[in-house]
Amino acid sequence: MPSPALIPPASNTLAFPTGGCSASRCGASANQHDGLPEETMRKVQDHPCYSEEAHHHFARMHVAVAPACNIQCNYCNRKYDCSNESRPGVVSEVLSPAQAVKKVLAVASAIPQMSVLGIAGPGDALANPTRTFEVFAALQQRAPDLKLCLSTNGLMLPEYVDQIAAAKVDHVTITINCVDADIGAQIYPWIFWRNRRIQGREAAEVLIAQQQKGLEMLVARGILVKVNSVMIPGINDEHLKEVSRLVRAKGAFLHNVMPLISDPAHGTWFGLNAQRGPTSEELEALQDACAGDMNMMRHCRQCRADAVGMLGEDRGEEFSLEKIESMHIDEVAAMQRRIALREAINADLQTKRAARHAQVITLHHRAKPAGRPVRMAVASRGAQIDLHFGHAKEFMVYEVDAAGHRFIGIRRAAQYCGGETDCGEAETTLSRTITALADCEVLLCSRIGIEPWGKLEAAGIQPNSEHAMEAIDTALDEVWQTMLAQGKLAEQARNGQRRA
Amino acid sequence: MALEIVDLCVNCWACLPLCPNQAIQASQPHFEIDPQSCTECLGNFARPQCAEICPVEGAIVDELGEALYPPGSLTPHTCMQGAAPPA
Ligand code: SF4
Ligand code: SF4
Repeated sequence: MPSPALIPPASNTLAFPTGGCSASRCGASANQHDGLPEETMRKVQDHPCYSEEAHHHFARMHVAVAPACNIQCNYCNRKYDCSNESRPGVVSEVLSPAQAVKKVLAVASAIPQMSVLGIAGPGDALANPTRTFEVFAALQQRAPDLKLCLSTNGLMLPEYVDQIAAAKVDHVTITINCVDADIGAQIYPWIFWRNRRIQGREAAEVLIAQQQKGLEMLVARGILVKVNSVMIPGINDEHLKEVSRLVRAKGAFLHNVMPLISDPAHGTWFGLNAQRGPTSEELEALQDACAGDMNMMRHCRQCRADAVGMLGEDRGEEFSLEKIESMHIDEVAAMQRRIALREAINADLQTKRAARHAQVITLHHRAKPAGRPVRMAVASRGAQIDLHFGHAKEFMVYEVDAAGHRFIGIRRAAQYCGGETDCGEAETTLSRTITALADCEVLLCSRIGIEPWGKLEAAGIQPNSEHAMEAIDTALDEVWQTMLAQGKLAEQARNGQRRA
Repeated sequence: MALEIVDLCVNCWACLPLCPNQAIQASQPHFEIDPQSCTECLGNFARPQCAEICPVEGAIVDELGEALYPPGSLTPHTCMQGAAPPA
């Protein structure tokens, strides 16, 4: 079991040890949000981004209308998109506000699951206020059913909070990497503030003060606030526990810790200066320690800023500017389709929730079946087991037990080496993938070659392609039940496979 | 008097919305300042806005070809030693 995260209770949060006791998990969705005000819980429960059970069913997109940025982060190279909001090393085509609105309406008409529109970059949404609010205003008129969100570094937040509220923005993500200016000075070399550049500690001081003030102002206006932090080993890793306590005490409903992705090829200050990213274990340990808000958002995929479709499922190609030009869109009919679909999905989720609740009660009444939790890796584009092992760039890792499954994290395989700066040339892609999945006992994929099959098996990871094209949710539970029936889950986990 | 953007520019857009004279264009291969419109921000701001926000050392130069933020002026190392911004 992961060690319980003992976080001193902040004023409005209840810290439960995640995964430490099955009771805190068996209520699944209900307990994910413990400690939040009722009002916030209601907003989050079926939220197309934040509910772990709902997010599979909805689509969301970002439009690249906000190119400018007003601060410099040491993990960013401004040749490319903001590396916090998107995959590093990616350049999006910047859209004009009019093009962006057209694209959103086209996508929302073709994909009725579409429910959230975000502005996150490629720079900072509030460093481009005219462009950002122009898009929001147009969509509020023409597709009022869509939820709007934006991401920001927080520098200009206090200035625009009223405009954000007026635009009916549903949630705001603030990237907060520190609340201590000495640490901030190691992350932010400068900011643009009141018509001039300021550098060093003073820059960090202003930025931190603005972020905290912006957070408080948003919460006071009832707008959902999520906080993202980039975990930078040796700089803010320990400090993020304090950040987590503070932002949740102030009313952020979620604190999402993401790994620094650092590579000299990206040309960032950290990349060029051998600042490493965290290993999967380091990341998970910190996420557990910050997990007063339970297991939400481990499904975050650091999706591209202009991603279209389900989280991680990129359909951008279908909606290029030329293709959109020639589309004819009935905006009203499209909106009605979306609303009908959303109602159907939410009704379905309610039914499932009720059923699960009943099941949990039954389990509690019976003698607790023996069966240890098992970690399983899944190769998937979204909600189904639909990827060939060899094509997967990343794997979703779940922990499965009698009470169900919970998302642990994303393991980037093959292309990244899990944060080690010195992984040798000799180490093959496959063996790196195996290392990244060392704590897993099962690998679910749609297909897999004979060679990797053998190597995975030899490393104690059982490949399984029997559930190809099935829903991840049901396959995980089935595989676990099969293992239980085969008597594989009675004893302790294999040596060294699980954290103490 | 006018500033100029040289080919170190990475087309990041940061400068464009700040110009009080709309002198900056998103040109190819890199952004450009229209020398007719640029006033070096005189009368509007104490410092030229484009140069104050530009993240690339040396990308914006004055009429003598001198960088407003020369190499080293924006690196974290210098910042942490508390270097003063250029005049
Ligand atoms: S110096 Fe001022 S006026 Fe000239 S281009 Fe830059 S921002 Fe515009
Ligand atoms: S801010 Fe600098 S790098 Fe960015 S577009 Fe302007 S001149 Fe180019």
